[in-house]
Amino acid sequence: MIYADNAATTRTSPAARQAVLDTMDRFWGNPSSLYAFGQEAAEVLYQARADVAACLNAKPQEIIFTSGGSEADNQAINSAAAVGKRKGKNHIITTPIEHHAVLHTVEKLAKEGYEITYLPMDASGIVKVEDVAAAIRPETCLVSVMFANNEIGTIQPIAEIGALCREKKIPFHTDAVQAVGHVPIDVEAMNIDMLSLSGHKFHGPRGVGALYVRRGAPLVSFIQGGAQERGHRAGTENLPAIVGMAAAMKDACAKIAANDAYVSTLRDALIAGLSEIPHGALNGATAPRLPGNVNFCFEGIEGESLLLLLDDKGICASSGSACTSGSLDPSHVLLAIGRPHEVAHGSLRLTLGEDNTMQDVEQIIAAVKDVVTYLRGMSPVWKELEKGERNYVI
Amino acid sequence: MLYSEKVMDHFRNPRNVGEIPDADGIGEVGNAKCGDIMKMYLKIDDGVVTDAKFETFGCGSAIATSSMATELIKGKPLSEALTLTNKAVVEALDGLPAHKLHCSVLAEEAVKAAVKDYYDKNNIPYDATQFCDHDCENCSLEH
Repeated sequence: MIYADNAATTRTSPAARQAVLDTMDRFWGNPSSLYAFGQEAAEVLYQARADVAACLNAKPQEIIFTSGGSEADNQAINSAAAVGKRKGKNHIITTPIEHHAVLHTVEKLAKEGYEITYLPMDASGIVKVEDVAAAIRPETCLVSVMFANNEIGTIQPIAEIGALCREKKIPFHTDAVQAVGHVPIDVEAMNIDMLSLSGHKFHGPRGVGALYVRRGAPLVSFIQGGAQERGHRAGTENLPAIVGMAAAMKDACAKIAANDAYVSTLRDALIAGLSEIPHGALNGATAPRLPGNVNFCFEGIEGESLLLLLDDKGICASSGSACTSGSLDPSHVLLAIGRPHEVAHGSLRLTLGEDNTMQDVEQIIAAVKDVVTYLRGMSPVWKELEKGERNYVI
Repeated sequence: MLYSEKVMDHFRNPRNVGEIPDADGIGEVGNAKCGDIMKMYLKIDDGVVTDAKFETFGCGSAIATSSMATELIKGKPLSEALTLTNKAVVEALDGLPAHKLHCSVLAEEAVKAAVKDYYDKNNIPYDATQFCDHDCENCSLEH
């Protein structure tokens, strides 16, 4: 099997697995308990918090552990919205290519009377800082721009947006689920006020994530109960998963430069190989782009059948086709960067990691070429394109 | 698994793929914007479907339902081909996930569109109500 869907989830690293098991075996006490055995667990929890914080250049007390990236996004945005409302501010700026954890949260807030500005988006898949500046109003209570896109891998100008928001004194949140452990992040230098991350995107366990919140930024708690996480998230801490995530994050952050050099070489070879397929095109700018992300549209075919046939050849990939999502519309990201529906249906996302090899890349290129040719051979759309009865889009 | 073994078999090894250059009836349904188009070619001799082929742009179940529909009407009298329902296609494939049932409707419609095309080309009178007019809100057809 060639696993090329690392944006969906990643293999749990041996270090993370070991950390989970050790915590289960040795530190199963409740960190809130007063006796020494409970306090040992509290020590382990503190160390995990310190490790996660260090990877972001944050302070341990600025880290809130959550059930994952979606919860962190929900809490960050709803908190900023609630705080804004108290000050009479009800305007939120975000992008049309956010993950649904952000988009659906702001859509819910829109129904409650908040005004949402979706920043302009072009084929590059990267927002412009001047567009953020132009969108800011006196009543803006939050700017939320993802660090790197989960579908097309484009990296946003986070430091520039952070500096702008700092200057304008507007809270700035970034969904960094795809970026943490893959690109360097410094919440101080980048002026990030809130940041969401998820353990299983960098070889940690799933069901665990974190929200970084700059000290002093008010947070609303959505789970009422005990005083865990400094009162911001009730419930006994999922210590094994938290410690596993911290181990994976420490590992991933230590290897960012080496992994980036290796994985981006694989990515560029894959992009070059797939670019040989006629009437196919890379989605989003080549750079800045996550080291492992490759996302193509191929005209005249549909993504789900492409994925099923790649699966038959042992390749795990994903698509922004409507058929793979269970909805009628293809990926909102591909539509936002200007791909028409019929082309967006024929998309393929391959996300590589440090476990992949150049041999994997060669096999993927050969398999995708075969499958695209085969599916085009039975596609009435492709036939019309070839006959000139329909115009090529790409 | 998302799909039954039968669906995967007809997806991996689709029967009757291709074009019939001298087809007597051709039907095309769906649209690329929605992500599926089926084109059905029929050869009709003496009121019997002597050959059926298809070309499909679409997901796994779109390809599998096209393949199964051609199998179910080949060698059948036109009157019988016209009674092919999406339910019969779904049953023959051992079921489809709920959100894929529209693919089977497309397969039924593609067959009907091809028969209608044959009737129209040969000035054969027919009952127009048995064909989909793509007015979904006032649809009387049971699919």
